[in-house]
Amino acid sequence: MSSGNQQPVGDGLVKWIDTRLPVFSYLQKEYAEFQSPKNFNWFWNFGAILTFMLVMMILTGIILAMQYQPNTMLAFDSVERIMRDVNHGWMLRYMHANGATFFFIAVYIHMFRGLYYGSYKNPRELLWILGVVILVLMMATAFMGYVLPWGQMSFWGATVITNLFSAIPLIGDSIVTLLWGGFSVDNPTLNRFFALHYLFPFLIFGVVVLHVVALHVSGSNNPLGVDPKGPQDTVSFHPYYTMKDSAGLAIFITIFAFFVFFAPNFFGEPENYLPAAPLNTPAHIVPEWYFLPFFAILRSINFDVLFIEAKLGGVIAMFGAIFVLFIVPWLDKSPVRSAKFRPVYRWFFWIFVLDCFLLGWVGGRAPDNLVFEGLNLKVIHLGWLATFWYFFHFIILLPLLGIFEKPKPLPKSISAPVLGGGSAAASATAKPMEKA
Amino acid sequence: MGIVSNMRRTAAVAGFAVAAALVSTSAIAAGDAKHPEDREWPFEGIFGTVDLASAQRGLQVYLEVCSGCHSLKHVAYRNLGALGFSEAEIKVIASGFDVPDGPDKEGEMFERAAIPSDRFVSPFPNEEAAKAANNGARPPDLSLQVKAHPGGANYLHALLTGYVDAPEGVNVPTGSNYNPFFRGGFIAMPAPLFEDGVEYADGTPATVEQMATDVVNFMQWAAEPEMEQRKKTGFKVVIFLIILSAILYAGKRKMWANVDH
Repeated sequence: MSSGNQQPVGDGLVKWIDTRLPVFSYLQKEYAEFQSPKNFNWFWNFGAILTFMLVMMILTGIILAMQYQPNTMLAFDSVERIMRDVNHGWMLRYMHANGATFFFIAVYIHMFRGLYYGSYKNPRELLWILGVVILVLMMATAFMGYVLPWGQMSFWGATVITNLFSAIPLIGDSIVTLLWGGFSVDNPTLNRFFALHYLFPFLIFGVVVLHVVALHVSGSNNPLGVDPKGPQDTVSFHPYYTMKDSAGLAIFITIFAFFVFFAPNFFGEPENYLPAAPLNTPAHIVPEWYFLPFFAILRSINFDVLFIEAKLGGVIAMFGAIFVLFIVPWLDKSPVRSAKFRPVYRWFFWIFVLDCFLLGWVGGRAPDNLVFEGLNLKVIHLGWLATFWYFFHFIILLPLLGIFEKPKPLPKSISAPVLGGGSAAASATAKPMEKA
Repeated sequence: MGIVSNMRRTAAVAGFAVAAALVSTSAIAAGDAKHPEDREWPFEGIFGTVDLASAQRGLQVYLEVCSGCHSLKHVAYRNLGALGFSEAEIKVIASGFDVPDGPDKEGEMFERAAIPSDRFVSPFPNEEAAKAANNGARPPDLSLQVKAHPGGANYLHALLTGYVDAPEGVNVPTGSNYNPFFRGGFIAMPAPLFEDGVEYADGTPATVEQMATDVVNFMQWAAEPEMEQRKKTGFKVVIFLIILSAILYAGKRKMWANVDH
């Protein structure tokens, strides 16, 4: 593993700086020599991809903010000015808008990977929790960002979502007034959303730093879920994973660029190209696609539970769906990390993925729409089923599987399945490519 | 007083919207509008471009037919250069409109002829005036209509050519017109296009079909004036990225060749 090298690195100016502020030895230790399991698959690329997306979003966002006007009278027109009159403004805005979509695609893949390979288990519980904090901050940032163009969906989405807080007993109405800065979604709302939308990415950046620090303490998980036993199981982060991350990132950005330049409004809601009209409610108020599963859970609770009214019940379920992620490390009782060696969990993982897609589909449709004419099966019925399964998976299945599932035997080490026995001869393979 | 009652009204509308979104959004779903025919457009696909001749004719339709009620406020006269109009032609088009300006040195507002850097002059000074002149219905701005409807160009073409007599038993309210492609079926705008409603400078026969196609081509350009530049840049960027990905992937393969993993 990385040696406790106290000597400053480099010479000349680099050494001078490093003696006084050891940034270079830090980089050397944490990014160059840092030992990572050598058996990552491509799903381990998404950390690097997410870092890139965060930086890209902050940079495009800062430049957009130079041209944008957070005023209800000017916001919509200022966005159109960016699209038409600012040099490459259309590119910046489409990168930023589609960037949000691809940021969420990457973060969801990253999280599903964590769930499949048990990356949240001891000793990585805090690492996972910090990740969920990042997700919550991302959702808040994305929601407020969507309000800024002040189109129809911006306005009505903001109205619907902020109104949810009024379901909270006693203090709900005060919270809503505070969010609005008045008695309806209006100019003060837009102003504070803009201020917070600018602030939150830097909070995310801060939590990402903590996320990475925590990662470098425990080291990365890997597809086998067994800890590296020695240098034969690892490679240095640079050049092996810097190279692999670069390749994966380039492929991801290629797909991203295709949408930016050839289908920039594919993920968007057409109605948001109509200016906000507070007296004209759109027929369908739908959030952006990445919120649809949670929106479906919100609407699935359309019945009172004891003394809890349907509206409050929906809000509890929706926030519960996010907050249940915080306790996953303790819900999953299985000592085995990777689903590779969990024959039952593996199936339920994929059922859970399908369930999330089903929730997304339900969230985008009107609850009363018929799914099958003959059966009188409505969208809301699927919503009930999918919402039930979402919580059933985490709260019932995960703990029970840990008790009743019989895991397959684990390999002795990461090298073992490759070399058929994990012999000491493997140590030679871990040397970096000095000759290159 | 006015502000407070306005707030109350907005809050009431907001409450209604929440109820609508939470309980049922299907009451006035777009499902009851006729589905527009899927047509082929020159701007579609990654190789799609603006049909300049058609868009130029579309400008004529907009100026002679639509602009009586509909604004086009995000487009400037100078932007018409992208449709192949010369500077002199643009000056002539702009000078046909008056824009309010001022105050002058005496503090008076005044009107002057529009110049190429002005945006298309709106037919009404404000939203209320637009409503008052149109039985309470505000004619929408046309700058973004193609992007603002799920059906896009197909929808607008269907709407413009889709006026028919109301089926028996359907009572069209006064001031409304029947169009099965419009949500709900009743639209405030009367059928705007009639055979030979304009006389095309290039001699193209001005059928309703032709005018609708031309004006939709024009509106598509007005909604996405950056489209051709965007696609051109896109080819360079995507091809560059594909090559970069291939090189990095090959490099990764070579680097990892000596690692058993």
